Amino acid sequence: MAVKTTFDFDQMLSNAREAYGEELMKLADEGKEFLFTYSDNVAPSSSAGKMVAKYPDRCFNFGIAEPNQVGASAGMALAGHTVFAQVFGPFLPLRAADQIHTDIAYNDVKVRLIGTHSGVTAGGGPTHNDIADLALYRAIPNLTVVVPADADQCRKVIRASMDYDGPMIIRIDRAGSPNIYAENYEYEIGKAIDLLEGKDATIISTGSSLYECMMATKLLAEEGLSVGILDMHTIKPLDTDAIIRVAEKTGNVVTVEDHSINGGLGGAVAEVLMEAGYKGKFKRIGMPDQFSVLGDPDEIYKFYGMDRTGIAKTIKELLA
Amino acid sequence: MSKVDINRVIELEDKCLKIRKDLLNFIYRIGMGHLGGELSIVEMAVALYYEYMKYDAANPKMEDRDRFVLSKGHCSETLYTIFQDMGMYTMDYMVEHFETLDTAKFGMHSNRKYVPAIEVSAGSLGHGLPIAVGMALGARASKAPWRTIVMVGDGEMDEGTNWEAIMAAGHYQLGNLVAIVDKNQVQMTGPTANVMNLDPLDKKLEAFGWEVINIEDGNDMLQVCEALEKLPEVDPVTPRKPIFIISNTVKGKGVDFMEGNYKWHGGGIAKEQLEEALADVEKNRKVR
Repeated sequence: MAVKTTFDFDQMLSNAREAYGEELMKLADEGKEFLFTYSDNVAPSSSAGKMVAKYPDRCFNFGIAEPNQVGASAGMALAGHTVFAQVFGPFLPLRAADQIHTDIAYNDVKVRLIGTHSGVTAGGGPTHNDIADLALYRAIPNLTVVVPADADQCRKVIRASMDYDGPMIIRIDRAGSPNIYAENYEYEIGKAIDLLEGKDATIISTGSSLYECMMATKLLAEEGLSVGILDMHTIKPLDTDAIIRVAEKTGNVVTVEDHSINGGLGGAVAEVLMEAGYKGKFKRIGMPDQFSVLGDPDEIYKFYGMDRTGIAKTIKELLA
Repeated sequence: MSKVDINRVIELEDKCLKIRKDLLNFIYRIGMGHLGGELSIVEMAVALYYEYMKYDAANPKMEDRDRFVLSKGHCSETLYTIFQDMGMYTMDYMVEHFETLDTAKFGMHSNRKYVPAIEVSAGSLGHGLPIAVGMALGARASKAPWRTIVMVGDGEMDEGTNWEAIMAAGHYQLGNLVAIVDKNQVQMTGPTANVMNLDPLDKKLEAFGWEVINIEDGNDMLQVCEALEKLPEVDPVTPRKPIFIISNTVKGKGVDFMEGNYKWHGGGIAKEQLEEALADVEKNRKVR
């Protein structure tokens, strides 16, 4: 049974970046013990900024120095603390790769690296794109990688992470997208959620791309096509059973992600399906293997067919 | 002037001789190591573990122990040798569990999961100082009465992350942090001054807000002890300049054919080299 979703987005514009800061503040107010680090990337007016102002003794600014921030966050965890670290997305995997690999994953510390501005959502061109992170994280042992679908799910992830052992990456987009779940639901790290049931094809997607996927299914429904969606909010460990189950159900699988089509969710799903002997159709949607064209994120989505129209078009072609 | 007990210094010097001999035998048996740097750090490591750190070998995870981070993780065999001298392992056990795949406990680069006395799994250079900064901030946040001591190599100081951490430690005035550079003047392919000049290191560190203690001869136990005696009482909260100890040492110290020779950065030793090296460290021991 799919979880109840909503297409009534009007009143629900939300922001996962704000949501995680609000949830952290709540945890701090509840007396939960954790430290928070950042790299000159927390605006005083943001929810995280308000937490920094309220709890200055547990929040540490490292300036524009992500490797030092990530390494020091590992040190704090080794000193016995749970640590949340906010890092500007593109500069987390690319600048601090060695620290993520060695200080966080290999040393096995309870640090939650929150990469903001995922994919192309920062705008500003390829230097500010975060489209290779999932490929890197997938190849590093002992990392849990979570991509919340919306602001409400982000709150659930932050809360769940307090009782979750080991290192974790939480990937958040810039502006957020509407809450897509209409009801409260059980959230479990590592367990994919059936967002929409469908008979003709299945989309497997993650993070804020799920919103465009939902809109695409609406367009396709108008043409009589029933397309389901699997919310793969945890990239690692990957819920392989869910992938095989939904793939076998429709025999037409499309992955959608704000990440390079190489090495991310699409690559992971392809590997699972190939090894499972899947004989159906399969297509990846995401950033092609090139440095992005320049423009607003919405325009870039359209340009590369990652928006609702593009997703619907690709699915129709797959089913043709 | 010194508060240092000369009889204790002599005991520690005897310990250094034993550690050097054990280390050489260990490297001979396992067939690999980084003897140049492993021999240069012996006096500092012995002074810390046997005298100046709050440490209990019977309980290496004691809550309020001082934390020693060996950032130059390729010199781990010196620490393993000290741990076996302290009674945590026998030499045979270490040899039998050195890089033996799924039964391994010890490796060229230390792993904290396998060796409880190791605080940080290390190997990639330029990681120890940022981690130590985090440990010191973490101790400050929980007002924990222990000190973080991190040892880096002078070649390692080429890595930019060290300087990010040095800036942050100065900014946060981490009085509960001590960094030690084992300045043995030689890195993998030649003299540090030729590969990437580090000097004037003291002025650079002072400019970043650190107090610098210089040890003219970091392989002289009396000088090492005199430097460590200068460390203030641990105070996790009060802002104070962090302390950087520049320990001028000799790569390959004690073994004539290794001293100052970059070719002894890494590798194993043959039987005849072992015998010559053992004779050298005995001959070169300090006599007071």
